[in-house]
Amino acid sequence: MKLTTKLLSASAIVSATSVGAVELEVTHWWTSGGEAAAVSELAKAFNEQTDHTWVDGAIAGSGGTARPIMISRITGGDPMGATQFNHGRQAEELVEAGLMQDLTEVAEAQNWRDIVKPVSLLDACTIDGRVYCAPLNIHSWQWLWLSHDAYEQAGVDVPTNWDEFVAAAPALQEQGIVPLAMGEQAWQQSGAFGVMAIALAGEEAWRAVNIDLDADVAAGSAYQRVFEAAAQARELAADTNVGDWNLATNMVITGQAGGQIMGDWAQGEFQVAGQVAGEDYTCLPGLGETQVLDTGGDAFYFPKNDDPEITAAQLELAALLVSPEVQVDFNLKKGSLPVRGDVDLEAANDCMRKGLDILANGNILPSGDMALTPDVQGQIEDLMAEFWSDPSYTAEDAQARYADIIASAN
Amino acid sequence: MSSAEHAPAGPGKRPIRLFRNLWSKIAAIPMILVSVGIFVGGTIWTIVYSFTDSGLLPRLNWVGLEQYERLWSTRRWLVSIENLAVFGIASLILTFALGFLLAALLDRKIRFEDTFRTILLYPFALSFIVTGLVWQWILNPEFGVQSIVRGLGFESFTFDPLYDSSKVMIGLLIAGLWQGTGLIMVILLAGLRGIDEDIWKASRVDGIPAWKTYIVIIIPMLKPVFITALVLVTSGIVKLYDLVVAMTSGGPGISSEVPAKFVYDTLFTRQNLGQGFAASTMMLVTVAIILIPWALLQFRGKKND
Repeated sequence: MKLTTKLLSASAIVSATSVGAVELEVTHWWTSGGEAAAVSELAKAFNEQTDHTWVDGAIAGSGGTARPIMISRITGGDPMGATQFNHGRQAEELVEAGLMQDLTEVAEAQNWRDIVKPVSLLDACTIDGRVYCAPLNIHSWQWLWLSHDAYEQAGVDVPTNWDEFVAAAPALQEQGIVPLAMGEQAWQQSGAFGVMAIALAGEEAWRAVNIDLDADVAAGSAYQRVFEAAAQARELAADTNVGDWNLATNMVITGQAGGQIMGDWAQGEFQVAGQVAGEDYTCLPGLGETQVLDTGGDAFYFPKNDDPEITAAQLELAALLVSPEVQVDFNLKKGSLPVRGDVDLEAANDCMRKGLDILANGNILPSGDMALTPDVQGQIEDLMAEFWSDPSYTAEDAQARYADIIASAN
Repeated sequence: MSSAEHAPAGPGKRPIRLFRNLWSKIAAIPMILVSVGIFVGGTIWTIVYSFTDSGLLPRLNWVGLEQYERLWSTRRWLVSIENLAVFGIASLILTFALGFLLAALLDRKIRFEDTFRTILLYPFALSFIVTGLVWQWILNPEFGVQSIVRGLGFESFTFDPLYDSSKVMIGLLIAGLWQGTGLIMVILLAGLRGIDEDIWKASRVDGIPAWKTYIVIIIPMLKPVFITALVLVTSGIVKLYDLVVAMTSGGPGISSEVPAKFVYDTLFTRQNLGQGFAASTMMLVTVAIILIPWALLQFRGKKND
């Protein structure tokens, strides 16, 4: 084992001097079963189709743990070859400070502006007309995952929208099944709230609050319904005692919980567990209420490097990530949607098709990551963490606080 | 050190004060540079930038006291301060009470003293992260204390402090005490060993009960030892962070948040340096308010001696 690694690294050094092959370290926070399967597709494609070697730098913990590590490596002068961030404003200041490699060359050569769909993904990578990241996939938060097993045990039909879901809850509770699985982490609670906001307040009100930062709408009647539903969801989720999102998803997979509000990355877990969409589980985009998806997702950024060989490898990887084969292989494993409309996802399952249809109809919104700064999102997360954990925190109080945060956002 | 002291000064010249203990002063230069450059310099830099609107990267765009106004209207910060106060006071009192009690018991010339001392000090060898994880399991209602007691037949027994926002600080306190008491015990025990045997004999001759001897005679004599222990315990309290991260990561909700965690999250996850610097400056001010009067008392006391 040790000898092989030595030989491998020796041959890597030899080839590095001869054909300009480099070892490119790629950092990301994909560590759950489905995610790891997907990222190995990227590594395989990179190793096979280029001379370079993918050095995997997975950082355990969620994005909240991984991003500070990545950022401090970049600002501290020890940049990795490539790194995952979510589309949007997370890396905005790093780009503005000139720490990221400009990918405009690749983007123009490959015509990203024409093939990336929706084009808002590319806009999220573009600052002052230059492209700084390669969009990889589209993730949307607006999904309610339902366990057929759980509803069968309770003897009720699988719900088709939020109101039915709430109405079916007592039957589940009688069987000792938790109606709503909710991991006790702020980002999950805050995310679920965001989903309810789009589904129940409607697209117009959501845009007014998240894009135009209109505090009056945030304090108004459309959002009142959202906060009341969130208070209700809090009761339905009261008996969940898990933290990580994939543990909560597992409750749905095993029929211990009726449903979970979680982004489409949850699909990777159903797939790893060998479940079939439409037979073992059902997914309701937009909680079955508003058929709109936000189009957040993951993108790769390439920190600037002194070594021209690394820069060349970075550009090759950027081109590879958007290529049709990689888009299909990666996204099928990940449960996310491809960033280009011209690839054929023959193998796509029931849920992914629903998502693709919504995308094709253009019912899309920018994601919270794109609209709000991490600072504002953090304040909302604090509020949600408190609201979800404290049953005495009323919907009115939470809404008032929420409106304050929106009023002070920039 | 001593060679410099005894080095002959030039004939007829009075030794200059600066050159006394020359070698020890030279040896201290790196340490002095580090503390001035990094601690003082870093502190001033942090305070200066707390008056700016720095985001992910520092920038000198002045906003006055805005960061502080926002900080003091942030619920999570207020909860953090309150938690730290509760944890600090309770842990200060209990660590000293338990530490002294254990030290006094060990000092009664019991059998297997070495064994007990090792057992009691052992938790201190573990990091807060390990301590936190261990206690997270022990306090978990499905695997830990609660399930064991229920297994014994007490079906209604409930003990799940980490899942109840009104009791979560108790859970943290238990773990903190388990980890930290041993050290204080050892320090106080060392102090007790330094007490002259004659004092005990004298108090016995006068017929003073043992507990009274401890409170009236021994504890006042141990004042310097207590102060050392106090500095160790308080600095540990102010920087409380890893225990919370390992045990509750601030939950349930925000009910076990602490200032150090607020600072870290704001600086790195939320990409808001200005706000994070304002919070860390407030932590510094709090420490200064406690330390300065104490330092003044100490140094004035020394001069009078």
